[in-house]
Amino acid sequence: MGTLLWVGWTNLRRDRVAQMLTFLLPIVFFSIFATVFGGQGDVATARIRIGVVDEDHSEVSARLIEGLKNEKGLRAQTTAEGSGAGPLLDRSAAERLVRAGDVPVAVVIPSGLGDAFSKNGFAGGGPAIELLSDVSDRIAPQVVLGLLQKVAMTAAPDLLMQGGMHQFEKYAGAMTPQQKAAVDVWLPRLKAQGRSGGAGAVDGSAGTMPIGVQVVDVMRTDNRRGSLISFYAAGIGVMFLLFSSVGGAGGALLEEAEAGTLERLLSTNIGMTGVLIGKWILLALIGCLQLTVMFLWGKIAFGLPLFSHLPGFAVMTVVTASAAAALGLVLATLARSRAQLSGFSTILILTMSALGGSMFPRFLMSETMQRFGLLTFNAWALDGYLKVFWRQAAIWELWPQVLVLVMLAAVFLTTARLIARRWETA
Amino acid sequence: MNVLSIRDARKNFGQTPALNGASFDLRQGELLALLGPNGAGKTTLIRAIAGRVRLDGGEIRLFDRVLDGRQTSRELGIVPQEIALYPLLTARENLQAFGGLYGLSGQQLSKNVDWALERIGLSDRASEIVKQFSGGMRRRLNIACGVLHQPRVVLLDEPTVGVDPQSRDRIYDMLADLAASGVSLLLTTHHLEEAEARCSRTVIIDHGKVIAAGTMSELVDQTVGRYRLVTLRLDAALDAQSLLDVSGASNGTGMDADPRIVKARLRDVAAELPPLLERIRTTGRAVDDVDVRGPSLQSVFIHLTGRELRE
Repeated sequence: MGTLLWVGWTNLRRDRVAQMLTFLLPIVFFSIFATVFGGQGDVATARIRIGVVDEDHSEVSARLIEGLKNEKGLRAQTTAEGSGAGPLLDRSAAERLVRAGDVPVAVVIPSGLGDAFSKNGFAGGGPAIELLSDVSDRIAPQVVLGLLQKVAMTAAPDLLMQGGMHQFEKYAGAMTPQQKAAVDVWLPRLKAQGRSGGAGAVDGSAGTMPIGVQVVDVMRTDNRRGSLISFYAAGIGVMFLLFSSVGGAGGALLEEAEAGTLERLLSTNIGMTGVLIGKWILLALIGCLQLTVMFLWGKIAFGLPLFSHLPGFAVMTVVTASAAAALGLVLATLARSRAQLSGFSTILILTMSALGGSMFPRFLMSETMQRFGLLTFNAWALDGYLKVFWRQAAIWELWPQVLVLVMLAAVFLTTARLIARRWETA
Repeated sequence: MNVLSIRDARKNFGQTPALNGASFDLRQGELLALLGPNGAGKTTLIRAIAGRVRLDGGEIRLFDRVLDGRQTSRELGIVPQEIALYPLLTARENLQAFGGLYGLSGQQLSKNVDWALERIGLSDRASEIVKQFSGGMRRRLNIACGVLHQPRVVLLDEPTVGVDPQSRDRIYDMLADLAASGVSLLLTTHHLEEAEARCSRTVIIDHGKVIAAGTMSELVDQTVGRYRLVTLRLDAALDAQSLLDVSGASNGTGMDADPRIVKARLRDVAAELPPLLERIRTTGRAVDDVDVRGPSLQSVFIHLTGRELRE
């Protein structure tokens, strides 16, 4: 028994790959998942980007917009550009932002809201504020709704009170001059409290909302469930595409090198460039087939609207599989053994999948993590599929994702070719 | 006529010299054995000829054309030591795959595949996947894949390693057929008796340079000489004085570790063996067994490279 323990321990001490898989890998994954899902300080607090359209141009709408801008949980933009540049947003521009996925929610303050607010106060009755939303993000509209309620209660307490006074006089009769004088002294203090953030001025959770809010699904998809399924099909599909590409590339190169067939291939007319391109095309074709089977199953089992989005699906599948195959070749040429390839690729693929949104939607991550996710292959592939199936984007609108993935494929192939020189002439 | 000439081939890997001025020729239609201890430079030399190692100095000429060491010449066939086959393809599919990569297609490819299958005796097993083949069958197919495009020169690295004597014979018959048809073959092997029996000439390389080359007879003359080793097994051990009596004028007569065994190196067995037997008889010992051996490639090899282990 003691001898067996000694042999096992000695083997572990001398096997760096086994040490890495045993001790380092769990720590790496723990750190990644803790960062993505658990959050770290401010990074964890996702600020929701919203567009704000002012159709009312009243003091009430101005106060609401100011309140929304001051909210720490929101990043409100009133112009076409997030930086504040460009023309003021109108309803159609805001809808385009939501449909394009630039913001998950746009708040439209309709004409007549300010007038009704100052007349009716808590009684409401004016036109409803509209939340133009992308329901693929189920959380953002609810968060914005709650914050809008808070802002409505706190941003203009004086106007709210004025409306209340009007209602009081309407039903209870006019106030005495002394009462009016006392209210006139009180209202500026309420206004000042509203400008200072309103903390403690009015309890946002108390009472009913003084203004109506209507959530509008701007995606207007006829198959919401099926379209959402596409997100998961793409997420899981891309992650497993990476695993199969790396496994296939490893089999294609490392096993051939070990078996001697690579040496034999290199002694034919094909050369290393030919070998790599041949392997890449095969892996890309298998990847296309793998993703097609995945989406077909999504169509059959979950009603994914595959056939109505075939051109976009085809474009995204070809570029995604091509880039994944090229990445697989990089890892296979980099690794010195199958064990090394397996350990290294598992870390890389699961990390990219976590950061890139294959396991957890990127729009639910903090902005920092979302930006960080764009460094991964998965994020661009998933964004492309989301555009096709959810945002109903035309093929030409896929150009950023296609361009990035094509460039990644080119960079990966070039890198693999350079690394593969180690198998060539000594 | 020389088809392949290596002149003063030099190659260092870092500070370690792998080839240190090796030179030899391969003639048309001959089967040439390249021998050497582990690490002598055989594989580096084969890889240099195959265009897989670029020399630091010297040159390699194939049909009077200097090879640049960047790619494999079409006139070369390479048979690696590893079984470089696709195990899940059939024998025919493997041949078709490698034939295609060598630029064969259509009728020519089919014809060459049938020719190769016939040569290696696997025509009736052509449709079976290679994974199910025995070691000997795989070896033969491995060779067939290297000669499928009918090269004029074939390099074979340990073509018979790990196979049974029957398969080895089959492989050498195949190589002899190729040589008879005008193909020149250069092979490395650790089976010295095979090289001795089957190859027309032998090149012995050590420390990156050729230390002997020629036919078996030439190598013997260059090294151990034409002595015969005679081994006599006696019925009982000889004492020291008796051994001196037995030795007489015969140089190189002595006892083995076993005191009942007497060994003698005789240049003329017919003339020298009867007096030796007579001297033994006079000591009162009887001879149970006599073994007479000529010089072997093994003795030449050991004579040239020593008994020191190479790791």
